[in-house]
Amino acid sequence: MNIIIVGCGQVGRALAEQLCEKDNNITVIDENAENVARVTDKLDVMGVIGNGASHNTQKEAGVSKADLLIAVTGSDELNLLCCIIAKKASSCQTIARVRSHEYSLETSFLKDELELAMVINPERAAAEEMARVLRFPSALSVEPFSKGRVELIKIRLPESSKLVGMSVRDVASKYKADILFCTVERGDDAYITKGDLVFEAKDVVSIMATPQNAQEFLRKIGYRTQAVKSVMIVGGGEITHYLCSILKKNRMNITVIEKDREMCDRLSLDFTNVTVIHAGAAYQEIMHEEGIESVGAFIALTDLDEENILLSLFARSKTDNKVITRIKRIDYDSIMQRLELDTVIYPKNVTADTIARYIRSAKNTRGSNMENFHNLIKGKVEASEFIVRAHSKIIGKPLSELRLKDNVLISAIIRAGNVIMPRGYDTIEEGDSVIVVSGVMGLHDITDILA
Amino acid sequence: MNFKMIRYTLGLILLFEAAFLMVPLVTSFFYIEKEWSSTLSILGTIALCIIAGMLCSYRRPQDSTLYSKDGFVIVALGWIVLSLFGALPFVFSGSIPNYIDALFETVSGFTTTGSSIVPKVSELPNSMLMWRSFTHWVGGMGVLVFIMAILPLSGAQNMHIMRAESPGPTVSKLVPHVKKTALILYAIYFVMTVIQFVLLLFGDMTPFDALNTAFATAGTGGFGFRDDSFLSFGAYSQVIVTIFMLLFSVNFNSYYLLLNRKFRAAINSEVKVFFAIVFVAIGIITASLLITETKGAETFGDALRHTAFTVASIISTTGFATLDFNVWPTIAKVTLVALMFIGACAGSTGGGFKVSRIIILFKGMIREVGSILRPRQVKKITVDGKAVSHEVTRSVNAYLVTYVLIFAVSFFLISFDNYAITEGSKLVTNFTAVAATVNNIGPGLDMVGPTVNFSFFNPFSKLVLIFNMLAGRLELLPMLILFSPTLWTDSFKHRKEKSTDEPYTADETDAQMHD
Repeated sequence: MNIIIVGCGQVGRALAEQLCEKDNNITVIDENAENVARVTDKLDVMGVIGNGASHNTQKEAGVSKADLLIAVTGSDELNLLCCIIAKKASSCQTIARVRSHEYSLETSFLKDELELAMVINPERAAAEEMARVLRFPSALSVEPFSKGRVELIKIRLPESSKLVGMSVRDVASKYKADILFCTVERGDDAYITKGDLVFEAKDVVSIMATPQNAQEFLRKIGYRTQAVKSVMIVGGGEITHYLCSILKKNRMNITVIEKDREMCDRLSLDFTNVTVIHAGAAYQEIMHEEGIESVGAFIALTDLDEENILLSLFARSKTDNKVITRIKRIDYDSIMQRLELDTVIYPKNVTADTIARYIRSAKNTRGSNMENFHNLIKGKVEASEFIVRAHSKIIGKPLSELRLKDNVLISAIIRAGNVIMPRGYDTIEEGDSVIVVSGVMGLHDITDILA
Repeated sequence: MNFKMIRYTLGLILLFEAAFLMVPLVTSFFYIEKEWSSTLSILGTIALCIIAGMLCSYRRPQDSTLYSKDGFVIVALGWIVLSLFGALPFVFSGSIPNYIDALFETVSGFTTTGSSIVPKVSELPNSMLMWRSFTHWVGGMGVLVFIMAILPLSGAQNMHIMRAESPGPTVSKLVPHVKKTALILYAIYFVMTVIQFVLLLFGDMTPFDALNTAFATAGTGGFGFRDDSFLSFGAYSQVIVTIFMLLFSVNFNSYYLLLNRKFRAAINSEVKVFFAIVFVAIGIITASLLITETKGAETFGDALRHTAFTVASIISTTGFATLDFNVWPTIAKVTLVALMFIGACAGSTGGGFKVSRIIILFKGMIREVGSILRPRQVKKITVDGKAVSHEVTRSVNAYLVTYVLIFAVSFFLISFDNYAITEGSKLVTNFTAVAATVNNIGPGLDMVGPTVNFSFFNPFSKLVLIFNMLAGRLELLPMLILFSPTLWTDSFKHRKEKSTDEPYTADETDAQMHD
């Protein structure tokens, strides 16, 4: 597939990295030669220097042969212009990043009128993910599949956890819950779970279940399961806007601390129920004053990653409740893990997953559609949801008779809206949604899991 | 520095060299009754290459990250190792008994120079002649580019290797993937070689002659396989070779653009300037030959043919000869020496300073003159309507300085050599010997003219010239970087610090390095 990415910022780079597979020909465009070189020195992609909205630059990048153009520059307007011009000049599909909340209500209008394949909004996607986590505060992350019928929930096992020392099989027989353990992360390693795997303290475990079953199971093993009722946010940017508009439906108590007066004004105009505090550098004092100890969740959303990390560490020292950290730029994965920050959200990766899903289903012509895609553990484990079409090779055989690749787990089947936690005698039928957790990367079709 | 990855790549290079040696091996089977000793020597070298190659590359290192310095070191060491092993068949078979001589011949082959130390090439076995020509073909487009076209080396960071091996001020990809770029380049190269081979068969050449000529022309190398180089071939063969020498000195990106029907982009200013230089030089030399009634070029047709051949041969840095241009009038010789320094286009198989650099330097000079007249004028240097970035102009200027410096130091060093002079002057001989090797041309003037050879230099001078050839082919910097003390001291210091944790790793890598 020939892909053009306009804009080599955070999102552009994360996208290039995610999409840089063998059969994708990627060309990146940016006006800044240094930004282009930073991508081309690291990845096997071609770089073009120039204004991505100019037709000549697009021609130089080979727009006439491109299958997809993704515009992710810093400016919404430029992104839309890139897509319009590419659409007029060639037959390629276009994806634009539009993140301003002013346009976000018009997304579907923009999409239809400008014939965009997709409008991506990393900030809103990040806010949605935060909202899901707030509903399930003991989870590190919650990824919905099949329109929320099942969720893949990641939890960290504290040293006091009842699961430590038990094997997966023991847990299943003791708690009799209708859930499925999918992956275990231990330090830098990641495992797809097998029956004899024994849980250790500090493991990060992912569970596939319906929301009700997951809640029940988590309560049984001693986690807090009520949704958060009050939240404190530091930083009043775009994500805060989206988050407030999602959370206000749940009648949540929201406090936002922001140092910029204008942004404070805007927030208080848009959300009358939100407590907006205008405060500068002395965050620590303000956080005490506003009751960091008793708040249900703390979210660090300032523009500086380093500040977010420090704020979160401070909040963690004051409270056992939920703490969410937004990271835009920093890439020190292994160190971040050691900090034990609770939930960390990378907006750029959220978007990269959505686009990767789009591209893989576009490439797939073999009878199943990819509905959902999450890079569960970066570069090691993916979770994908497929809809099985007629005549797929996989239909009709009991799962125990299918010869699967190693490190592949069929973790849920959704048939006519009903969730089936798969057992050996279950079969996959036409029209089913099948969720696969896999250590084999780059699945395009449900049949890719067969050995 | 990633020593393990460097070792691994060097191992791969040796394995590929074993494969390259199949070409002379097969040739020797055709002449087995006369050449069984060369067959054995080639087989022996193949065995050595495979053993050494296997030892170095038996396991792919886990950490395959390459930075640009690793790319440079891999290319420089790779070419040295390639030449060290490539010289062995000459020594084993006794065709060139002295190892330094054999090394000179091999480096001259891989770097597509074509300077020879063999007095009578017609006495070399056919398989050895084929090996010499084939080294040109491999060296022309680059051995690491060849490996990249076939093996997945290390993903994106291959670009660092490609940049270090390919000639020209800026190296860019044709398509997003490095591997595919390398494949396209070699495909164009291969097809053009085959076309030339077939066309030559229609003339007065045997298949063996035609294949040798095609290899040597494609790489713009210039090893002859007859004692008189090209004089005794007919006019048809000479014209075909003239055309292909020029074609192989055009930037290969242009061919790719032509194939994609982007004609205007393909005929860029470098190509235009290149052909303009060629035509002007042909005009000057033809006129001078006709006026002075030089022997062998009395009629306009002959003069034009021989001049075109010689000009193409020198500017493409091939180095074939139809006439002994050493006896030509001074203005003709001076023009040829000037062509030696200009060289071919960037991104071709030719050597020299490269036309694109000349263009940038020239425009820079004009700008400087202009800035005296209008001190406040702002004027960016552009080529084909695109601004040349400050980094590129800076690197071209630095290249010029390095080039002059290497040239001067080598000229100085080989002037210690006290060989017996038989014709012309030592000054001209030494000057053109350095020019012919640094620019990867082959023959120079006077005692290193087209009818004589480099065998009279002492071993030290030969080593200096070997360095010149490698430096010239790899565009100076990769070879110079080997002499940078910080590269080695920093890397070793780093390893020592590591070795305090794990006492065995350092010894292990050491042992493997010496394999």
